[in-house]
Amino acid sequence: MTQPEPHLLLRAAPFLRRGLTTPGLMTEVILALVPVILAAVYFFGVSALLVLTATTLGAVATEWLLSPVRPRGVALRDGSAILTGLILGLCLPPGLALWMAFLGGVVAIGLGKLAFGGLGQNLFNPALVGRAFLQAAFPTALTTWVPEGTITEVLSVRSGTFAAPFMQSSVDAVSTATPLGVMKFENVATPVADLLLGNSAGSLGETCGVVIIVCGVFMAWRRLFDWRIPVAILASVAAFSAVVWVFDPQASPSPAFMLGSGGLLFGAVYMATDPVTSPIAPRGVWIFGIGVGALVVLIRLWGGLPEGVMYAILLMNAATPLIDRISQPRGFGRGRAAA
Amino acid sequence: MTDHAVDSSRLYDEFVKGIWKENPVFVQVLGMCPMLAVTNSAVNALAMGLATAFVLIGSSVLVSLFRRLIPRQVRISTYIIIIATFVTVADFTLEAVVPTVHRELGAFISLIVVNCLILGRQEAFASRNPIHVALADAVGMAIGFAFALFCLGATREILGSGSLFGVSLFGENFEPWVIMVLPPGGFLMLGFILLFFNWVQQRRTLRPSRVSPATREAA
Repeated sequence: MTQPEPHLLLRAAPFLRRGLTTPGLMTEVILALVPVILAAVYFFGVSALLVLTATTLGAVATEWLLSPVRPRGVALRDGSAILTGLILGLCLPPGLALWMAFLGGVVAIGLGKLAFGGLGQNLFNPALVGRAFLQAAFPTALTTWVPEGTITEVLSVRSGTFAAPFMQSSVDAVSTATPLGVMKFENVATPVADLLLGNSAGSLGETCGVVIIVCGVFMAWRRLFDWRIPVAILASVAAFSAVVWVFDPQASPSPAFMLGSGGLLFGAVYMATDPVTSPIAPRGVWIFGIGVGALVVLIRLWGGLPEGVMYAILLMNAATPLIDRISQPRGFGRGRAAA
Repeated sequence: MTDHAVDSSRLYDEFVKGIWKENPVFVQVLGMCPMLAVTNSAVNALAMGLATAFVLIGSSVLVSLFRRLIPRQVRISTYIIIIATFVTVADFTLEAVVPTVHRELGAFISLIVVNCLILGRQEAFASRNPIHVALADAVGMAIGFAFALFCLGATREILGSGSLFGVSLFGENFEPWVIMVLPPGGFLMLGFILLFFNWVQQRRTLRPSRVSPATREAA
């Protein structure tokens, strides 16, 4: 007896599927991070790998230990803890002591994610929570920048990496200033070409602009994030700083310098675009991006700190639920009142 | 005879409840202002705990003593005057005996007046119970409060300065967690301690079978 071929398939919506799952998305973003990691290793040597390993271990261990999902370890399978650890590591200074990096990973997942209820529930970007904690706990270590090197120094470990837990490193660190620090305190702008190619000091993943832009374009093409977020951030930073620059070209940095320096590119591409902590509707996304850009310019030019991308994104993360509420699109066929 | 036994067991209950089951900080979450403000070192925390204990015990006894004389309509202001009297005594005593600690605690000594834990005990307990019961309650609550302050102060001092009671624990190369002596550190640490306390409580209620039969019979 043969089964009759079904002529009619009955199925519920949705009919078009993209096949994009959370683990799939995380894997692709991690893949898109690989070039940035390679650039970090090129400029900062083995220390970069060690710091990244420490933050990722901290994040994964915390997720394994504290996640309420049972059986233990299932929560790790979506790869989000690894991603958080990597992103956190990439926004830390290269010579950071490994125990601090590990602690940062623990705080990022424990305080930034699990305290809010796990993946998808967090109000703030977990990696930035980890970094903000480290910045507040160890302000000196987080602003000690080792100079960038080249491929010849790839095997050298940067000073400070191997400090014993709870201790400062006993080695005197060779330190330098980031382009933003030089700009803020000595009013000397680093050439934009150096910023884009990575010939400047800074956090592990933020110095090489070109790599970040290429990865960003790849991720936008794969639709791993909303392209409007980085575009809105970069455009508003360029616009706001251009206004200041036109009026006072001597004392203020050029828009090109503002775009290429510090963590702006890395933050705009990898951190502000976190789908959990950014608005959903396009109108909200524009508000979010322009808000981040305005805050970055405000903090960098008039604040006490040389860099403000972290606080700008965290502040706008906090505003995201409100933005979502006011930017909800009008339902099809509904009147203006429902907007 | 039996009356006396019942009375002493009640006294014991009123005394113990403040230390753990109804701990003013961990369970009632009262008195958060001094809890967060002055616990950046163990010494400050302990001094604040002792000052609060003195005020709480003193005013509880006095309120309980006058409980039939105080008109209901003006009871809150009367309690405040009684509390303020003891706070003034504590303020001057600290200033005379340990001027450095007094300087560190600053305005928070005077602010004991508005500590909701103290006023709460007067309104909810001391004004409705005889002196010896009110005294047991106040001593228990005071110990519970001081214990919580000390927990927070000690952990914040260990992490924030690498010392306990000013004695260095880790040697001179210690990297201080600056955030721990700053206000956010107080919030974070209090959160962690509350988390830990609730976790312990939850384990206790979830697994009653863990309690040995002997203890259960006694209870």
